[in-house]
Amino acid sequence: MTSEKQYIEFYEEERAGIMSRSPEWMNAHRDEAFRTFSAAGFPSRKDERNRYTDVAKDFAHNYGINTSQRPQDASAQTLYNAVADTRDALVALNTMFAMECKTVRVGKGERPQHPIQIVNTLRGEHPEMVSRRILIELEENAEADIIIIDRAASKQRFLTNQVIEVRCADGARLNLYEIEETHLLCTRYSSLFMSVGANCSVHHTSLTLFNGHTRNRCDVSLCGEHSEVVLNGCVIADKMQRVDNNTVIDHQAARCASRQLYKYVLDDSAMGAFAGRILVRPGAQHTTSQETNANLCGARTARMYTQPMLEIYADDVKCSHGSTVGQMNEDALFYMRQRGISEREARLLLKSAFITEVIEHIPLSSLRDRLLILVERRLKGELSKCEGCKMCE
Amino acid sequence: MLEIHNLHASIGGKEILKGINLSIADGEIHAVMGTNGAGKSTLSNVIVGHPAYEVTEGSITFNGQDLLSMSTEQRANAGIFLSFQAPTEIPGVSMTNFMRAAVNARRAAMGAEALPAGEFLKLMREKRKIVELDAKLTSRSVNEGFSGGEKKRNEIFQMAMLEPTFCILDETDSGLDVDALRIVAEGFNKLRKPETSAIVITHYQRLLDYLHPDVVHVLIDGRIVKTAGPELAAEIEKRGFDWIKEEVGL
Repeated sequence: MTSEKQYIEFYEEERAGIMSRSPEWMNAHRDEAFRTFSAAGFPSRKDERNRYTDVAKDFAHNYGINTSQRPQDASAQTLYNAVADTRDALVALNTMFAMECKTVRVGKGERPQHPIQIVNTLRGEHPEMVSRRILIELEENAEADIIIIDRAASKQRFLTNQVIEVRCADGARLNLYEIEETHLLCTRYSSLFMSVGANCSVHHTSLTLFNGHTRNRCDVSLCGEHSEVVLNGCVIADKMQRVDNNTVIDHQAARCASRQLYKYVLDDSAMGAFAGRILVRPGAQHTTSQETNANLCGARTARMYTQPMLEIYADDVKCSHGSTVGQMNEDALFYMRQRGISEREARLLLKSAFITEVIEHIPLSSLRDRLLILVERRLKGELSKCEGCKMCE
Repeated sequence: MLEIHNLHASIGGKEILKGINLSIADGEIHAVMGTNGAGKSTLSNVIVGHPAYEVTEGSITFNGQDLLSMSTEQRANAGIFLSFQAPTEIPGVSMTNFMRAAVNARRAAMGAEALPAGEFLKLMREKRKIVELDAKLTSRSVNEGFSGGEKKRNEIFQMAMLEPTFCILDETDSGLDVDALRIVAEGFNKLRKPETSAIVITHYQRLLDYLHPDVVHVLIDGRIVKTAGPELAAEIEKRGFDWIKEEVGL
């Protein structure tokens, strides 16, 4: 429990101060979360959902924690810890130290005219752990496009422990995009929990363009019939970057559809992991589910772990899963080079062709075009945010 | 233009070319015929610099430059073009992006600036017509879902775009019906400048009827065993290769 100790001690020391600077509806959860975290500790790699990431190691560094008072929005307080897995150590840790909830609430039948953008910029002179909490509540037949962007403006070690809770009431339509564009010193833990009612359409796209260590958990519960959920992911990682995506789609209700497409382009000594579990509960008849994870390793030292899982307890369903790990197509490289295209450019074209399939699925055209440019710049090595940093050289 | 001297090459430790000598002057077309596995495709792969082949002895000079010291893309940008026997499909890379990268790489090598988008597309339209390549094909991924004939036409289309000075047509006639063969061959003739040279690898006389080679070589077991005028192709069509093997004692 060495890694946990600093957080336990800090909470014990700062508890009164934290409570005095934050609202009662958040404070009500803190002590319970503290007990959960103290008892469980960080999950080990023996834990099925954490096989590829050493959580305790990532949290071992001495990060500062900011517990100053923050602006409050209580409009979705009933959602707080209502959808998240409160027995989870990372959720508990977030609950202990979260000082505010970023809240998006869309009322019955409403549809904001423009996409809603949440930009998280990490900035500071000292290493810091950020406990970010986002609540997204869509009432009946509400619609929203929400873009969450992670950036880092300082060349500093940051650890983000984020929890997002989403509740979609019947008939809601949500397009949620998460884009990470930080740097090699940043560690991101994100736990996204979505509860989806009947007749909903939920599309989630996760893009890891630049990062240090990233672990994204995404749990979706399909609670009402005739809903559709799409989870897409795009990862570009090289150098010593690590990206671990872990999804669970829980088909509790009948006649729902889910689709997943995660694509990784790995180079240098990057490590990628994808584990996706589809659970079809008894009674969730007429479920259709499809899960695909395709990966391209540009170097022999790049590593990919992939683990698609289907767990089916209903007998009238249509489910499939598949994953591939491949290298650069040497014939295609030669063909392009024979036409005068440099090897570097040819590799870039192949990587870009591979990864953009995910982005082409994005319905929001302005975002899609912007992301295509960002991906190209990233593959060309123009997106590295820590020029001069020894780790990048 | 191209001088090959005592060329030995192997793949995976197995020697395929066992001392090739070939001299091609500006504007000449040389046909290379021979049995399956004689080393015809190896010869073309070695000229363009396929990384899987190892040159163990000999030299190739192209317009006075030492070709073997140049990378695949340098050779291409110096004006060497291979029309592939089996063109590679590249899913996800559009013909337009692929061609733009190739054309601009060639221009950069010649010290010219990249072609503006409008002019590039105009060039694509013009050149497409020469080989009667469907506009739909140029909007797709490279060779993906193309029929055998369309792939070969696409090769000649790329040649038209890149304007090479030395071409290797590696069994460009295979898989083509009579009409497609005519379109491809006539396309090549239209594109050819007086100084353009070529090696044409084929099993059949028909393509040569269109291309009118100056010289015909017979490649057997990694060596050029016979060289003669165009009449040799007609004779091979009639009599096969056995009489040549006997003649040279193979």
